[in-house]
Amino acid sequence: MSTVKIPSSIVTLLIGILLTLASLWYGQNHGLMPVAASEEAELVDGLFDAMMTIGFGLFLLVEGALVYSAIRFRRKDGDEGDGEHLEGNIPLEIVWTAIPAVVVLGISIYSFDIYTRMGGLELMDHDMGGPTKTVEVAYAADAVTGGSTTALGELPLEDQVSEAGLGVSPDAVDEGLSVDVQGLQYAFIFNYPNGIVDGELHVPAGQPVRINLNAQDVLHAFWLPEFRIKQDMIPGQETKLVINANREGTYPVVCAELCGPYHGGMRTQLIVHSPEDYDAWVAERLAALDTGETVASVPSVKSDRTHTARTDAEYLEPFVEPLQLAVAPERLAALRASAEDSAMTHHSHAH
Amino acid sequence: MTTTSKPKTPLPEEPKMLLGNERKWTDYFTFCTDHKVIGIQYLVTAFFFYLVGGALATVMRTELATPAPDIVTPDVYNGILTLHGTVMLFLWIVPAGAGLANYLIPLMIGARDMAFPRLNAIAFWLIPPSGLMLIGSFFFEPPSAGWTSYPPLSLTTGALGEGIWIMSILVGGTASILGGLNFLVTILKMRVPSMPLTKMPLFCWAMIATSLLILISTPVLAGALILLAFDLLAGTAFFNPTGGGNPVVYQHMFWFYSHPAVYIFVLPLFGAISDVIAVHARKPIFGYRAIAYSSIVISFLGLIVWAHHMFTSGTPPWLRMFFMITTMVIAVPTGIKVFGWVATLWRGKIAYTSAMLFALGFIALFLIGGISGVMLAAVPFDIHVHDTYFVVAHFHYVLFGASVFGIFMSVYHWFPKMTGRMMNEFWGKIHFVLTFVGMNLTFMPMHELGLRGMNRRIALYDPQFTDLNVLATIGSYIMAVSTIPFLINAIWSWRYGKKAPANPWRALTLEWQTLSPPELENFEELPVLKTGPYDYGLGYIAEEDPEELYAHAVPAPVS
Repeated sequence: MSTVKIPSSIVTLLIGILLTLASLWYGQNHGLMPVAASEEAELVDGLFDAMMTIGFGLFLLVEGALVYSAIRFRRKDGDEGDGEHLEGNIPLEIVWTAIPAVVVLGISIYSFDIYTRMGGLELMDHDMGGPTKTVEVAYAADAVTGGSTTALGELPLEDQVSEAGLGVSPDAVDEGLSVDVQGLQYAFIFNYPNGIVDGELHVPAGQPVRINLNAQDVLHAFWLPEFRIKQDMIPGQETKLVINANREGTYPVVCAELCGPYHGGMRTQLIVHSPEDYDAWVAERLAALDTGETVASVPSVKSDRTHTARTDAEYLEPFVEPLQLAVAPERLAALRASAEDSAMTHHSHAH
Repeated sequence: MTTTSKPKTPLPEEPKMLLGNERKWTDYFTFCTDHKVIGIQYLVTAFFFYLVGGALATVMRTELATPAPDIVTPDVYNGILTLHGTVMLFLWIVPAGAGLANYLIPLMIGARDMAFPRLNAIAFWLIPPSGLMLIGSFFFEPPSAGWTSYPPLSLTTGALGEGIWIMSILVGGTASILGGLNFLVTILKMRVPSMPLTKMPLFCWAMIATSLLILISTPVLAGALILLAFDLLAGTAFFNPTGGGNPVVYQHMFWFYSHPAVYIFVLPLFGAISDVIAVHARKPIFGYRAIAYSSIVISFLGLIVWAHHMFTSGTPPWLRMFFMITTMVIAVPTGIKVFGWVATLWRGKIAYTSAMLFALGFIALFLIGGISGVMLAAVPFDIHVHDTYFVVAHFHYVLFGASVFGIFMSVYHWFPKMTGRMMNEFWGKIHFVLTFVGMNLTFMPMHELGLRGMNRRIALYDPQFTDLNVLATIGSYIMAVSTIPFLINAIWSWRYGKKAPANPWRALTLEWQTLSPPELENFEELPVLKTGPYDYGLGYIAEEDPEELYAHAVPAPVS
């Protein structure tokens, strides 16, 4: 066909270079993830970009070979003969067994590293202030208290604790904020120290915050997309996370485990404040506590709409009238009451 | 089928004479022990449920075209999504795979029937009641906890519907176990003497792997469901936390079956595509042993990856790392298959038949599902996208891209053998194009939706996700429409299609060395292997309609 014949090795090399460049470019420019608002999110995004690079390269390679074959090796009209009798090629098969093996091993090691740096593996020595030292598994760990099968969690690991637990020393976590979150159909209730209860999660930027998760009725999951963090909330079993917000702003909190018909409506907001703003918010809420307004503010019905946690009851309200949902007004009232009940329960616990 | 025409002068490409092998349509409604009848019973029943599941999917996508829950109420939506998942998996993909296995295994290994023909018929006849119960459950307090049916939610959504749902899966699971046992024994014990394991068509290898998985894992699902039924109906607390039960234990038991189930769904089609590609590219399958053994390796590894569905379930960190690595490793045998298929095409003589187009689509789409699968295995990333539309996109690329494309591919490829008629290739190609476009339009945007923060199993969603959802809905309508040409083509061709020769694709496996459709006990006399299953390019070209097949064939009675 062509008068100048380019050696096939050069063509292969060129294709390989182009493919590599395209993959590297796409791995950095896919733009698929939402904004990263925590240290963990940046780590996960690094892993995701790497996997996208490899995945996109593999995608181009195999789909390219497929399309090329489909065009180049199509049967000519009237050709009834067979193709070449080629049963296999052992060296080639070893190569395409070994390369994916090495790739997935690499991804595994990288994931392991990221997971460790997110604190997933670190057993954090954590002084709850009580008489006994309990060991807490940071970041989405199993329940550690009360169970009979928690030997791992109860190991005396004081001396082995490294500072890798989410990149801060365990002491810092001790001193930091700890929020108890309760999931119920279809709302999150956040219980802060000193009896503050709210329907939204407020955290200060730049310091680790411990989140303790519980569910009241069915399974829920606590997902912060901008933090790349998710943990199921299990009835009867507390689960824990540590988050490190590093970017101020307002982000969604989403339930990510099917929890009933209005699962899609079970969401609220996470507000990352500057430390000063956070202190101001706490002071404001404490002042309100003293004047006895706590309960009224639980689903924060009264605050302005943009800063409102949309609880189940509120979320459903707009739909009830025009769409004739199968939600009776009594059900709405019951939902609201249960939210307030649980908030009150927690309030009294905190005292 | 039999009654239409009298023998007429054969056109050159038509069979020599009309045969008496076509079954009366009423035979398909009997307790018949002929594996060929049972195979078609399975396939047609499965396809009926595919239409049901597809209609449900179309309602779901219509609902999701707008953020507000406006087409159906959210509780109805959850009932529909539960039914969609369960119908598609247990009443479409599993029975369709079993149908292919039933029809093909005895023919491929030169047997006259399955090892246990009556058991085979029983297994099939468990499917219609199972399907009726499953669909019936929707009308009695619809189960609405998803196909996973996680407690405690599944214990709170209505005991009657959930109870029927559990019974239905138990019956369907029993059918699956009986089928798996039958396939395994048939393949191992009933091959013609001249066929060692390493000369078997790769479909049979895949069915060995599938059957092992069915036999090992399905009983565990049955156990989980029986315990769940006790919690639901008798008030025990195996999984119910209010009585001290542990809902996470259910997840372990459920996924111990349901992850291997993914391979039960897809391995038969991995086998089928290995056969189809070699035939339509007229080249030996590249790396027969690697592809054969990789099925077994997938089957083994498939049993030890289940907890990757539970990376956010409060599982211990070491356990997550273990399941991450095993899940990653499964990419290796799967990769061997994909590369083997592509290498089979390379320098072949690719015919653009409908079967081959669906095979090419299968590889192209399964690759995407495989890549996103490796990503999902990585624990830190999975924690972000678990239970989001990214996962929905991933498993539809595997289950629709591979399993459903594989089933259509198999139908186009083996339809002439099953019915004695050719399908219309033009409408087959239209079907392919519509399905391929619709599929990608529906599921590709879901990757981005999940990454950006859209959780799954929701009837109402954040309005920022509207655009991509509209795109997905349009795609789903194209997919819905794509079924119509197939449906008409299949029905019309079965009745009026061009008569098929014994071996229209000039394939080398044994099922093509008998009449189309095969006679009652498959072979006039037991066949002897002339070549290996994939010995293309050695100079032996199979005849489309060998004379000797017709020597003793009895023409159909003129009617």
